[in-house]
Amino acid sequence: MAKDQSIQRGKRATIKKSFQRNWQLYLFMMPVFLYFFIFHYIPMYGVQIAFKDYFATLGIWGSEWVGFEHFERFFSSYYFWRLLKNTIILNLYMLVLFPLPIILALAFNELRNGAFKKWTQTLTYAPHFISVVVVVGMLVAFLDPNTGLINHFLRALGVDSIPFLTSPDWFRHIFVWSGQWQTLGWSTIIYLAALAGVNPELHEAAKVDGATRMQRILRINIPSIMPTIVILFILNIGNFMQIGFEKVLLMQNTLNSETSDVIQTFVYETGILEGQYSFAAAVGLFESAINIVLLITVNQIARKVSENSLW
Amino acid sequence: MSKFSLSDKAFDRINFLFVLLITLIIIYPLIFVISASISDPHAVNTGKMWLWPVDVTFEGFQRVFQNDAIWIGYKNTILYTAVGVIVHLFVLLPAAYALSRKELMGKKAWLWFILFTMLFNGGLIPTYLVVRNLQMLDTMWAIVIPGVVGAWSILVARTFFQQTIPDQLVEAAKIDGASDIYLFFKVVLPLSMPIIAVMALFHGVALWNQYFNALIYLRSEDKFPLQLILRQILILNEVSADSASSAAGSAQSFADQIKTASLVKYAVIIVSALPLLIVYPFLQRFFVKGVLIGSVKE
Repeated sequence: MAKDQSIQRGKRATIKKSFQRNWQLYLFMMPVFLYFFIFHYIPMYGVQIAFKDYFATLGIWGSEWVGFEHFERFFSSYYFWRLLKNTIILNLYMLVLFPLPIILALAFNELRNGAFKKWTQTLTYAPHFISVVVVVGMLVAFLDPNTGLINHFLRALGVDSIPFLTSPDWFRHIFVWSGQWQTLGWSTIIYLAALAGVNPELHEAAKVDGATRMQRILRINIPSIMPTIVILFILNIGNFMQIGFEKVLLMQNTLNSETSDVIQTFVYETGILEGQYSFAAAVGLFESAINIVLLITVNQIARKVSENSLW
Repeated sequence: MSKFSLSDKAFDRINFLFVLLITLIIIYPLIFVISASISDPHAVNTGKMWLWPVDVTFEGFQRVFQNDAIWIGYKNTILYTAVGVIVHLFVLLPAAYALSRKELMGKKAWLWFILFTMLFNGGLIPTYLVVRNLQMLDTMWAIVIPGVVGAWSILVARTFFQQTIPDQLVEAAKIDGASDIYLFFKVVLPLSMPIIAVMALFHGVALWNQYFNALIYLRSEDKFPLQLILRQILILNEVSADSASSAAGSAQSFADQIKTASLVKYAVIIVSALPLLIVYPFLQRFFVKGVLIGSVKE
């Protein structure tokens, strides 16, 4: 007993001593601590308004509990399935294009001409630095039914002009491919770094065995960068349901809402614009929950199948 | 053997063309915007201009420079970006340094505290309510403070400090009686310019380009950043012809407004995006470095 106590006392004394000696390090942690506490942990605490009827005058704590009322209202509303379907389809569409930057990175990696390689890389990175507002603004200009470049081209081919941005049929294609335009080049960076780490002896040995370039890409390069691919794929899934909603909001209009209504724009509409805070928080929480479940599931699968995982 | 080298040559040629094609597709819209910004709007709108400028005019840029809203937005964006980057570094660097030091107790708890926010967050509405309750609505702080730092940046900067600041250096300085604050400013920061540049650039670009926080947190138009003004002009098609032609007759001014709209459209894209597009090729190695340190798995 006495020994235990003295050990504990000794431990406490070392902690105290260490704190006295290093208190400045804890001071260094203060801004980050305050920021995460106020802008991440208080909102997490605030999520409970999803189960309450939030009134600003009563505050988060004082508002009345209503259980799952907001969730029930959301699940039974006629727009629930539309929102869910649009969100899933849009994200699956983006996920299907996940291999494109890998292909481009493999192509960059095979280029012999150093200057050409450098120039094409720099040029393809450019759209990454353009804001989504400008990207959507360019879409509005290029796709205008009367004055837009694309429709001039279509008319020259004898095709009627298409109102791309007000058509539900076109929204997904435009959204996803303009996103590819913006991120394709930039996304190659990580893969190129992984490719730079491929053991050159493997290539030498394969050359001696008479393997072609294509064979070496398929049998050496791709397997070598597989860990990177898996990790990025998991991270992509982790962002499933929430990629690019700010762009969706900019592209959305009453005429294309049939396909452009996604869960997050709905949260913005009902919460920020209409002030139904509790209901919108419930919808947002539903989405976060799906995200976490997806991330954990994919991580588990990846760990089993490929031994690469986030944790 | 010769068969393989022949097919390798064909591979090289096809690969070259493939990369060239992708690059051309990606830069064509940018070239179009540049050409359109100095072409006669009539030529642009009728499809006569498709690659190189036609009937060169600089009226678009003139009208952009005459437009007060664009200037105010530009000024606000510069202010928000500058202040935002400074606050970002002030919050990020000391913490990343502290987390890189083995003397810091409870490191696991600190890291969990930070990393958990990557996995789960309160979401749009609860965050909005916090900002509102702090009386930050319609102030610069609503743009600068929420999102001032992310878990990812802290991890990246911490990794950098761990790799570049040798323990012996810190210990020697401490034996000489240096405090952590002195050490941080006089020894660590001068050795850390690359990571400071990377972090400042990433955060600066994000601030320059973001519109959503401004959309939900700002009300007064004189506080709008450039991106919100661009949204009005490019997407909502609300061009205030301002000083340009308000005195003219109604029919005249309506036609004039349409002309202004299409003139200003491309010029304003150039004016807003050009600073970043000019700067990034020179800073590319920093950006690439940032992506790479970030991808190092712990």
